Order: sequence, then C-alpha cells, then structure tokens
Amino acid sequence: MLKILKYSSFDLMRSRWSYVYFLFYLLLGFVLLFLNNNVSKAVITLMNIIIVIVPLIGTIFGVMYYYNSREFTILLLAQPLKRSTIFLGQYIGLSISLSISLLLGLGIPFIFYGIFESAAIWDFSSLLITGVFLTFIFVALSINIALSNENRIKGFGFAILMWLFLAVIYDGIFLISLMIFNDYPLDKFSLIATMTNPIDLSRILILLKLDISALLGYTGAVFQKFFGTGLGVIISFSVLILWVLIPAWLIVVKSGRKDF
Amino acid sequence: MKNILTALIFCLINANAYTQVIKVCPDCKINSIAQALKIAKNGYKILIEKGLYSERNIIIDKSIQLIGAGNPVIDGDNKGEIITIKADNVSISGFTIKNVGTSYTEDNAAIKVVKGNFFTISNNTLENVFFGITIEKSKHGIIENNNISSTATQEYNSGNGIHLWHCDDIKVKNNQLHGLRDGIYFEFVTNSSISGNISKNNVRYGLHFMFSNDNEYFENTFVNNGAGVAVMFSKNINMHHNKFIKNWGSSSYGLLLKEIYDAEITDNLFEQNTIGIHAEGSTRINYKKNNFINNGWAIKISGACYTNKFTKNNFVSNAFDVSYNSKLNDNVFDNNYWSEYAGYDLDKNGIGDVPFRPVKLFSYIANKTPETIVLLRSLFIDIINFSEKVSPVFTPDNLLDNNPLMQEIK
Repeated sequence: MLKILKYSSFDLMRSRWSYVYFLFYLLLGFVLLFLNNNVSKAVITLMNIIIVIVPLIGTIFGVMYYYNSREFTILLLAQPLKRSTIFLGQYIGLSISLSISLLLGLGIPFIFYGIFESAAIWDFSSLLITGVFLTFIFVALSINIALSNENRIKGFGFAILMWLFLAVIYDGIFLISLMIFNDYPLDKFSLIATMTNPIDLSRILILLKLDISALLGYTGAVFQKFFGTGLGVIISFSVLILWVLIPAWLIVVKSGRKDF
Repeated sequence: MKNILTALIFCLINANAYTQVIKVCPDCKINSIAQALKIAKNGYKILIEKGLYSERNIIIDKSIQLIGAGNPVIDGDNKGEIITIKADNVSISGFTIKNVGTSYTEDNAAIKVVKGNFFTISNNTLENVFFGITIEKSKHGIIENNNISSTATQEYNSGNGIHLWHCDDIKVKNNQLHGLRDGIYFEFVTNSSISGNISKNNVRYGLHFMFSNDNEYFENTFVNNGAGVAVMFSKNINMHHNKFIKNWGSSSYGLLLKEIYDAEITDNLFEQNTIGIHAEGSTRINYKKNNFINNGWAIKISGACYTNKFTKNNFVSNAFDVSYNSKLNDNVFDNNYWSEYAGYDLDKNGIGDVPFRPVKLFSYIANKTPETIVLLRSLFIDIINFSEKVSPVFTPDNLLDNNPLMQEIK
C-alpha cells in the first residue's frame, strides 16, 4: 500500500494541477496579508475561503483523479494486490498531496509575515488542521461517488451537487428549520445539525477559536459550553475523524464489490 | 513686655483655631478616631498616623478634616459600616479602609455621607467593601483618586463602588473601581460629572445611571464588566471621550441606552463588545465621531427610537454594523465610514457615490430568531446577504447612509 501511496502522491506532485493549487494558495495568502497587513484579520478572511474552496477542490480532484487513473487502476488490479490496498493507497496519496499544497501554499506567506511571533498562531494552525480534515473528507466522498458512477459526467455532476449541498443548501435548510421551529428550544437541534455537516462543524470550530466567539455566546451559550470544554473538542474532532473513516471504509467496501 | 508678647501669641493661636490639630496614633494618648472625634470641634483637623485602627460605626457630625498620614488602615472586621458623615465641609483623605460588613437589609459602606454638603473624599484605598462610598441627599462634593475594590461574584450579595442617591453637583474624578457590583451608580443625581475613572471587572455595570438628568461623563474607561454601562431614564446626558472595551458575554454591551432623551454621544471608543450600543426608547441623540471597532453588533436598535443622528462615526470590522427590528422612523445615518462599504468614488470627493445599507439580511434574521447566529459566516448567509443587498425586500429600504465616507476618520 505504501508503494501505491507513494506512487500516486508523487505522480500528483509532478502534475500541473497540484502546482496550480499550490500557487493559488500562495497567491491568496500573500494578497490577503498584503491587503490586510494584519495577521489576525487575514486569518478570519481565510476561514471563509477555507471552508468553501478546500472542500470544492477536494471534490473535483477526487473525481478527476479517479476517472483519469482508471486505466492504470485496472492495470494494478491485474497484479496480485489487495483491492483495499490499491484504492486506499490512491485515496491517501491524493489527500496527502492536496494537503501538502494547502499547507505549503498558505504556510509560506504567513511564515513570511511572522505568524510565529503573532498571537494568531493557534487560530492559524487550527485553520490548517480543519483544512486538512476537509481535504480528506471530501476526497473520500468524491471517490465514493466516482466509484458508484461509471458515467463521468454523471459522476462529476453528483460530486458537485454533494459539495453544493453540504456547503450551501444544508445551511439553507438549517436556517429555514430554525426559523420555522422558532418557538421550540433549538440549542440541541442546532448542535446536532452542525455536527452532521463537516463544513459547518469546521466553521464553528474555527469561529469559536476566533474573537467573534462572543457573538455565538449571545444565544448559543450552549455552543460555547459544549465546544469550549475539553470533551467538546474531543467529540468534535472525533466526529471529523468519523467523517474521514466512514467514507474511507465505504471506498474499501465499494471497491471490493465493484465489477471492473 | 514678655507677658504681653506671650498673651499676644496665645491670642493669635486662639484666633487661628481653624487649624487646631488633633493627633491620633496607636501609641498616643488618643489612640482611636472615635476618641478624637469626641473632643474635636467644628473646623478641627484630625491627623491620623500610620497604624491599624480596628474601628467601625464612626460618626462624623462636625465639620472636620480627617487626614491619614502614612496610610493608616481602618479595619471594620466585616461588621457594619465604617465611617458615616452627617455634617457639611468634611474631608477624608489618605486612608486604607477595609472589610465592610455585608448586610441584606442595610447598605453598609466604607464611607457614607448623609445630607452633608461641600465634602471631599480623596486619595483613599477601600478594600473588600460592601458599598464603597455612598452619598445620600448631599450637594457640592468631590470624590477623587480613590481606589475601590472588592471580591464580588454575585449580584445579590454585593454592593456598588460609588453610589450616589439624590445628589447635586458632585464630581467623581480619577477613581479606580473593580470587583464590585456596579462600579459607579447614580440615582436621582443632577448636574454632576464623572471623569477619568477606570471601572473594570465588575459583576454588573461599570457605570449605571438611573433617573439622573443633566450629567456629564467623559474620559472614563470601562473594561470587562458583566454588562457594560447602562444609562436609563435620564435626560441631557453628555458622554464623550470614553472607552468601552471588552464587555463580553451573552447579555453584554458597551453602552445600554434606555429611555434617554437629548443626549450627546461623541468621540467614544467601542471596541470588542458583544454589542457596542444597545438603544431602546432613546430619542434626540447625536452620535458623532465614535469609533466602533471589532464589535459583534456595533449598534443595535430595538424600537421606539426617534430623531437619532449618526454622523461621522467609524464602523470598522464589526460582525454586524447596525441591527434594527423596527421601522427606521426619522433616524438618520449620514457621513459615516463603513469598513464594509464596497462602493466607488468617481468624482474623488471622499464620499462614496452609492449609498450604503448598514443592515444586512442576516442581522434581520438573527434578530427574529437568535439561534440562527450559529450560521454566521456560512456561504449560504453570504449569498442571501448579497441578494438582499442587490434588491432589498426584508430590510427597511430607506435605511441607508447616502454619503458614506471612503476613508476612516482619524
């Protein structure tokens, strides 16, 4: 598995798209810092981007990589290798190379501007950690979609729809249900609703780290209490890990059953 | 000749009885303040030297000066009140007064003035007090350079730092107040000023005004108080050059205005408060040249507000600039700087060519359903905010700043 992991990540690192992705973040980081001139504020702006762009790129890359390397995968399948090894190796390789682009692309400009001396270092690192988690989650989800759709166009469509649902539509439904059930206690409901969407969960985790957390305290004292404690942090990170593990496990199951 | 001279000097001393001094020290013949007060007459000066005086319920009913030399300590042993002043022209300075008894039926204070005019209370340190300085039905007083602290944790069993009730022409200057219920409390107080005070880490309000007209407060700093500063049911209050910082929490604000008429709010700084200003039933108020930086809500208006003018203010990096739950009425926003403004200035006159709408759709929604705040900074929210900005449907369409400034006002 290590060999496949190594191969696919090196293959990706040589590919043009990871450079584009890397340069995109590099440019973004520099522009943000240039415009804001304030590391803490740049971190807030960055959050908006991370919770939208990272999942989108993860989704597109996941689907694209699967369809592009289909012939090679079939070739590998002819070898005496376990299917789970092949697919997990590809999945992890892809996620790692995307994560490296993200970490380097954003890390370099911020190191340049002295993130290590800034108080925002923890906010920034939690931002990067959630970014990496989102990459792993969305790559796994999109490979799942690609595995179950032979038709590329259909696969792409579903993948984008999945991203759109989690990034936008989910929040819309969430908002409307909050407004409709206004008369009921909604703390628990909103807590669970955030937990079940990785984008929302990452957003809340970052928000609570940032200064604007007092706003959430305005109504969601429950939120503050829950995510503020050690237990809350452990639970929310375990949920993020589950969001990685379950789709990864589904990849193994699906690829095992699939007839190539 | 010698006799005459002695007689003359004696006469002079007698005539100058105003400066008669009684000295008190732990080893002197007079070793307690109560003892000294017994023999003192109007106009006497009582000089208390360094040492620990375990006394309480000291009643001053003559016009005297009580002066602490070398910071003497008066310890009330947590039983009852310490000093009560019931005369005019009394001054107290240079003491450390500590351990006032907590009571649920009486407002015990370290220093209380009852119907005493022309008093001065200065340079004292009051520690572990229930109420610090209480003034009742008095006029023309000065309270300055005192440091008042306590260890309040709960509202019901703690008192206020400086508590004024039914007073007129009092100056509260350069005091430090922390760990109390309200830092400074005014009730039925008129023509008074509060300046240069630092009020922080108090359980309830840094400053609390009730039914107090024609007052002024300026150059004060209010940091990290339970709920910030509350100004209620008062007229003609002038608030300027104050700092409201880090009043943080679920029901916190920098400044709460409730039933206020004809006030001027100028040159204040509101930084990192959950709500910068919360106005309810406030009329004819001018907000000018204030800085709102990094607040949750810079201004929250909850109805019954008329003829308020917001001009030349800076709104920088607030999660919400303005929140409104009623009609605009005749309130005006004009000539402010908004960091969220994304318009252009073709004629380069420093004023944006497109009006700015300070109320976002999301702030309207969050006002109706507070729980929706958990969706803050989600992509969906950005999209609906944008569409509302393009074509306002829910937010009052006449609520706009027609002349937004392009540059922050320095």
